[in-house]
Amino acid sequence: MDPILLARIQFGANISFHILFPTITIALGWVLLFFKVKFNRTGNEAWMNAYRFWVKVFALSFALGVVSGITMSFQFGTNWPGFMERVGNIAGPLLAYEILTAFFLEATFLGIMLFGFRKVPNWMHTLATFLVAFGTTMSAFWILVLNSWMHTPAGHEMRDGVAFATDWWAIIFNPSMPYRLAHMLLASGLTCAFLIAGLSAFRWLRQDRGPDVMAALRTGVTLGALLIPAQIVVGDLHGLNTLEHQPAKVAAMEGNWETRGHVPLLLFALPDEATRSNSFEIGIPSGASLILKHDPAGVVPGLNDFIGPNGERLHPPVAPVFFAFRIMVGIGMLMLAVSWFAGWSLWRKGDINRPLAWVLVGMTFAGWVATLSGWYVTEIGRQPWLVTGVLTTAQAASNVPGSMIAATLAMYLAIYAVLIAAYVSVLFHLAGKGPKLLDSPVGARVVQGSAPVHPAGATAKDG
Amino acid sequence: MFSFLDGHTLPLIFAALMGISILAYVILDGYDLGVGMLMARGDRPERDKMVATIGPFWDANETWLVLGIGLLLVAFPVAHGMVLQALYLPIALMLLGLTMRGVAFEFRVKAQEQYQRWWDWAFIGGSGLSALTQGYMLGLYIMGFKAGWATHVFAGGAAIGLAAAYCFVGATWLVGKTDGELQRRAVGWTRLALLATAIGMVAVSLATPLVSPRIFERWFAFPNIIGLMPIPLMTAALFVALWVFLKRMPRVDHSLDFVPFMAAVSLFVLGFLGLAYSFYPYLVPEKLTIWQAASAPESLLIILMGAAVVLPIIAAYTVFSYHVFRGKATELRYD
Repeated sequence: MDPILLARIQFGANISFHILFPTITIALGWVLLFFKVKFNRTGNEAWMNAYRFWVKVFALSFALGVVSGITMSFQFGTNWPGFMERVGNIAGPLLAYEILTAFFLEATFLGIMLFGFRKVPNWMHTLATFLVAFGTTMSAFWILVLNSWMHTPAGHEMRDGVAFATDWWAIIFNPSMPYRLAHMLLASGLTCAFLIAGLSAFRWLRQDRGPDVMAALRTGVTLGALLIPAQIVVGDLHGLNTLEHQPAKVAAMEGNWETRGHVPLLLFALPDEATRSNSFEIGIPSGASLILKHDPAGVVPGLNDFIGPNGERLHPPVAPVFFAFRIMVGIGMLMLAVSWFAGWSLWRKGDINRPLAWVLVGMTFAGWVATLSGWYVTEIGRQPWLVTGVLTTAQAASNVPGSMIAATLAMYLAIYAVLIAAYVSVLFHLAGKGPKLLDSPVGARVVQGSAPVHPAGATAKDG
Repeated sequence: MFSFLDGHTLPLIFAALMGISILAYVILDGYDLGVGMLMARGDRPERDKMVATIGPFWDANETWLVLGIGLLLVAFPVAHGMVLQALYLPIALMLLGLTMRGVAFEFRVKAQEQYQRWWDWAFIGGSGLSALTQGYMLGLYIMGFKAGWATHVFAGGAAIGLAAAYCFVGATWLVGKTDGELQRRAVGWTRLALLATAIGMVAVSLATPLVSPRIFERWFAFPNIIGLMPIPLMTAALFVALWVFLKRMPRVDHSLDFVPFMAAVSLFVLGFLGLAYSFYPYLVPEKLTIWQAASAPESLLIILMGAAVVLPIIAAYTVFSYHVFRGKATELRYD
């Protein structure tokens, strides 16, 4: 098998595995801060119990994010040595700032956030929670700056095939950065919202319906219902930005071969690069033109414009981008329907019913699928470039023999499969502990560690 | 304004920063990987206590590895590509070890009861695999990535040596952070690991000049040898002093419990200085010097400005975190 393809699959597998966990922790950090501040303000123990449950999920997700992130920091070098040699002058400082301003901050204060509740004053514990949330978000900021620069490079000049920075402001605020960052942060919020709603609904189904579970359920559903419209708007803006800077990607997303007006919005099709056409098209007439140009006659670029003089393909592979985009949008629509219906149910009746609970449980990890699909759209959509117009993926590849990559790839895939299975099962295991504990009346929840009450404002002294 | 920060000094500063990060990593993650390996010797309650001594710290400890590799990546991209491709397989195995250890930290208490023991062994095995592969890579690096069986024999020895050194610093950490029966056992582990570490350090120190004429020249040429003598002499003195001190451990009075850990840290620093002196100015032994491998000064300067501001802050909150969790370790509780 082609070593470049193997290296891409390996890096893709690792980065896909990695992103699952930061996607949860970026937003969950802020949700924990919300729980903590709510508790500080109201003194209502339900918020603190919600915090105690979700901080465990945070710790577990964070650990998985850290270990897979360490793997990533090595795979930049092992899989793409050409990347740092050619654009290291840009990518280097951005990665360095991520490590310096985010990684140490979150890793150090995580210790205090998790285990320091009795060892530091209450305000310090709240501050530690804030700093961890802030650190995860800073980390997202820097890595999305770098990723956006790879899509829409700016603020640099090329000398002897190596990129040199000329304007750091232009590098950081490169054209796609604000849209990509907003889109990803909202994706994180939605992933977290549906995780909270799903696991809380699972607890609800197990008759674990204490005020903390209901508070978390309401938080998750409300967060989802509020963020999904924002995400649809931001996603649309991001798409328009991509149309401006990476038209080939949009052409692949729409499955549009010829540059023309009245391009339909395809709901389904089977794009075929051999015949350069689609079969089994089901579409809304002029839909894509309307969305992308706000005009039914608007001219949308087609894939056939991106063929080199010798017939080589200069656009991304069509089918993966086309389908991943439809999966992402489909889940977005489902999220809209479910979160609004659940929000309406909670608002009108103050409760959910069993079918709705099951739907929420089913959508616990919907955010993962949507986020991964979205990343596949944007990353595969950038091919054949690694850095648009600057460096192709093939140029950055390493000389490591394919057999070695294949062997380690098999190892990584096996371990990731085990870890995802363990993660998901442990989350439901933690969520399922509630009713069993409620059966034993005395100290039912002490085991979960929620007995000691710290009244609002009181300082928790060294215990 | 920063005219002194030119193409000559900047790479030097970054080599120093990278060295400090790697040293910090080896000491800090060294003790928690060491504790991880020593868990093989404990029962379940002892293991809980041992994990509690590293619980609040391991995450930040591991970040020093990311910083060290990050600095190699950003400041010396050419060396980064060369070194990481040469170490492709051991790195993959080390990552497997670090991954298993890191996630087992959570899973060993949160997973379903019947799987918890399994995660304990993932923790122990992951710690061991990480330590062995890091030592192996150190060995390959010292040998300048030369092909041939001698390189791999030497690397194998270095793997065992570094794993012993990690067990040593981990055991001294346990002496400091625990009391009672576990502390008593930790003193015993320290003594054993101290012997193994001494053998390992002597072996590496003897082998390194023998495999590299350049390093031999650096150490044994006159008058260098006189100026350098304090390094091996202090190392030997520390080994003996610690051995004697350990005979009186554990004490009723706990005020000196961290002395062995401090001695271990000093030994690591001395060993590191010896290695750094051997290899300077090479980043990839005999192939690439610090200056040949460095990236553009403009980019280095912008990182340095950030590092100059942020590193002291990182140091401050790291100290704060160790202060919060000072003294004997208590049970890890989320409330």
